[in-house]
Amino acid sequence: MYRMEGLEVPALRGVTLTVARGDYLAIAGPSGSGKSTLMHLLGGLDRPTTGQLSIDGRDVTQLSATDLAQLRNRTIGFVFQSFHLLPRTSAVDNVGMPLVYAGVRAAVRRERATEMLDRVGLAHRLSHRPNQLSGGEQQRVAIARALVTAPSLLLADEPTGNLDSATGADVLALLESLNESSGVAVVLVTHDHEVAARARRQIRMRDGLVVADSVVVADAAQVGGP
Amino acid sequence: MRLAEAWRVALDALRANRLRSGLTMLGVVIGVAAVVVLVAIGTGAKQEVESEVEGLGSNLLLVVPGQVSFGQAPTVSPMNLSDVDVVTRLAGGRDRVAPTVSSGEQVRAGTISRFSNVLGVTESTPRVFVRTLAHGTYLTRSDVDTGRRVAVLGYAVAQALFGDRDPVGQQMDVAGVRFRVVGVFTRLGQSLGVDRDDEVHIPITAAQRLLGTSRVDGLAVKATDQSELGPLGARIVAALGKRHPGTQFSAVTQDQILGVLGKILGVLTGVLAAIAGISLLVGGVGVSNIMLVSVRERTREIGLRKAVGARPRDIVVQFLIEAVLLTAIGGLTGIGLGIGGALLVAALSPVPAAVTWWAVALAFGVSAGVGILFGVVPAQRAGRLDPVVALRTE
Repeated sequence: MYRMEGLEVPALRGVTLTVARGDYLAIAGPSGSGKSTLMHLLGGLDRPTTGQLSIDGRDVTQLSATDLAQLRNRTIGFVFQSFHLLPRTSAVDNVGMPLVYAGVRAAVRRERATEMLDRVGLAHRLSHRPNQLSGGEQQRVAIARALVTAPSLLLADEPTGNLDSATGADVLALLESLNESSGVAVVLVTHDHEVAARARRQIRMRDGLVVADSVVVADAAQVGGP
Repeated sequence: MRLAEAWRVALDALRANRLRSGLTMLGVVIGVAAVVVLVAIGTGAKQEVESEVEGLGSNLLLVVPGQVSFGQAPTVSPMNLSDVDVVTRLAGGRDRVAPTVSSGEQVRAGTISRFSNVLGVTESTPRVFVRTLAHGTYLTRSDVDTGRRVAVLGYAVAQALFGDRDPVGQQMDVAGVRFRVVGVFTRLGQSLGVDRDDEVHIPITAAQRLLGTSRVDGLAVKATDQSELGPLGARIVAALGKRHPGTQFSAVTQDQILGVLGKILGVLTGVLAAIAGISLLVGGVGVSNIMLVSVRERTREIGLRKAVGARPRDIVVQFLIEAVLLTAIGGLTGIGLGIGGALLVAALSPVPAAVTWWAVALAFGVSAGVGILFGVVPAQRAGRLDPVVALRTE
């Protein structure tokens, strides 16, 4: 369960939101609407100044920086618009990186990272470095990295923002299939209505407020909300 | 995070910026090498002085006018040969007392001349000090009693004036007066840049006539054993004091000389080490500086690592190890260079150098410590970075 209630900060003025296991949710809104802040809070990168936020049943405001780091490591995966892969580092090592902080041995890390890269269709790119990969491939590596610790929530911040539409659609399809097959909750943050429309549930934000929260049929191509 | 992983990440980071890592290390390399070399020189000088003072002979008392301390202008000695007779009686025999009058004089053989230290001595000199001859004989008692114009040459003087010829039996001039060479000393070598082979021994009586003086600059007395040194010295100082009211005399032992010299050289070594230490400190500041740059440059990486679960501690450890690696590799290189440099100095210059393991260990310890000390601030800054802000950095 991921829940945030009664938040009153400049960026977010009154958001009550619960993300359930296996959800496929899009947070949409123009820039400055607070969607990034909301995502940072959901991901345990920020702590709310007031209000409540519990991740996996734990009250985030009570956690130390160290506890929060461990929480992120175990329960949350991040995918960023600009991929944020380590340069000069192979795909396998990039994907295995979160496992370093989980205390996993190198051989096991390699095994699990290879497995994950296989699942995102990059079994043939194991030792390639980011600059040897296309944008779509880089984002797949980032997705593999986000999921290698088997988190219960995947947060994707404009995951298609730096990709052309065909590649972007492929990446979204990959996220959707991973959401289906592994039950990881996926939260997309986007300002792109078409991207948001693919999610089963859409949150629209404006000026730090949720202005619409609608559940749509997964395959519907229409944009929900006003 | 496992420590082995942190080491690997740190090594990768250093390797990624080879030139920068190398230049940063250079500061530490120079600092550590300087510490090792300078301490080696200081220690070498001390060892050389010690072996020299001990090599003079055993159970020696050096009797000179004035207070023995360094930095004091030498006083003109009021002693003369009758004082030597008094000391001889106290010491228990002519063989135990070596009086000296010395002066820098022009010496010449044929067309070659040079300026050498001319010592007026007696036949007991090689028995009191440890001196051996390569050729010929030393001065005899009758040479001294009659003031015969004979000379024994130091190795350097013999080489300069006579080259490969055997000087024994040859004529030479000392301060314009003709002398006959009767012997040549074995080579002593240089110490602390002073050529100990650049001296000419002539009978003290001949020397006094040559210099137009009756003075005796100082005497060396050989005691029968170590325990005699103190009482004998006191008796000699008292007797000389009575003969020359108003002049203070000193009788110093080798241990006392060693003590004073050791203190001076110890301070010298300390000062050298401190200067070298400052350069090590500067190297450390360089490490700190480059670590701050590294943290700033890799802000996004830090943000990412934090986002995927790196604890603040993990980040701090990673950057600390990076700083320590920089200084440790630099330190090891510096030690290698320092030892090599010290050996080179010892081999190619008259300056002695003795590498001491405590200096090597200290230099390495300090350089690794500098890494930790100067790595802490950048590492903590990295550890405290807000992941949200860090990820947003371009």
